[in-house]
Amino acid sequence: MKGKFEPLIIAFCCNYCPSCSADLAESAKLQYPPNIRIIKVPCIGAVGTIHILKALENGADGVCLMGCLEGNCEYSTGNFRARKRVQYVKKLLGKLSIEKERLEIYNLSAAEAHRFCKLAGEVTETVRTLGPIPLKIDNSKI
Amino acid sequence: MIVGQQKDFDEIKKMITGYSRLLVLGCQTCVAVSFAGGMREVEILASMIRMDRKMAGQDVEIVEEAILRQCDFEFLDSVKDLVADCDVVLSLACGVGVQAMAERYPDKVILPGLNTTFMGLTEEMGVWSERCAGCGDCVLDRTGGLCPIARCSKGLLNGPCGGSINGKCEISPDVDCVWQLIIDRLKALNQLEKLEEIFPIKDWSVSGHGGTRKIVREDLTA
Repeated sequence: MKGKFEPLIIAFCCNYCPSCSADLAESAKLQYPPNIRIIKVPCIGAVGTIHILKALENGADGVCLMGCLEGNCEYSTGNFRARKRVQYVKKLLGKLSIEKERLEIYNLSAAEAHRFCKLAGEVTETVRTLGPIPLKIDNSKI
Repeated sequence: MIVGQQKDFDEIKKMITGYSRLLVLGCQTCVAVSFAGGMREVEILASMIRMDRKMAGQDVEIVEEAILRQCDFEFLDSVKDLVADCDVVLSLACGVGVQAMAERYPDKVILPGLNTTFMGLTEEMGVWSERCAGCGDCVLDRTGGLCPIARCSKGLLNGPCGGSINGKCEISPDVDCVWQLIIDRLKALNQLEKLEEIFPIKDWSVSGHGGTRKIVREDLTA
């Protein structure tokens, strides 16, 4: 059953670097798993706890945040804030007995199209191994 | 402002066991500033409860709302229909707000989602610290605007004690000795002589030791 499971993963991508690397990957016709659904955000620091929880509550099996490289945040500290927030949400997921590995954060530059594809593949594989999120879900809602 | 901290999720879960229609009601004033009870926290907590119930295979209907102040009756009337439609209200207000709700809606179960912690201020984003103990007899005029009741670990009025080490309190190197701060500040203000006067025995009857406190202003009452 798990072998056939295709996870739905929400990737919040900062509009600066990570979104560009995703666009670059598409322009270069590189492939990454179709399980990844990208949501562009003005800064990865703008992704709140509620956005992550809502994604999981409404059917995502995993969530990843992709921010700019450390030191390269357009708003100075957004990617550091996001990293702390991810740690906080992981604790909340622990309270719900939801695997913390369903949530991850990465930093990448605008030129890292290959790395974007690699990370997308890794995230998909991790969540695929974990199986569907233990909620009664309806993926068609997303 | 009043600073609060959300209760542990397991404790909240236990409190709401058996209820299927919840009103999670936030307060947009003090506790919203300390990220414990505003609309944002209402949404987060409601989402967690829904997920938890889904995994347990239990139905739950949650209404999310936050009002400007839960400690004033006039604001509580705005949610009367929501209160009427729910089994229980999980209040994310301070203890005053929870009690105001319980008083306004005597037939409804009102549960506290927060621990009301202290009266304090925001030192920086994510850091709050105590500043006032509400002792009912303010001494800040004599201590350079720094409260020894709330901020001295022993609440000393004639400090510092022997546990003041390099400006820090003996309970922890992370805690400032407020008496050191008082001396430094009075020195800077050229008012050090204020400390030559010994504080007399403090009247604690006005700090709650004389029973529940109440203020009545005859000129304002109906």
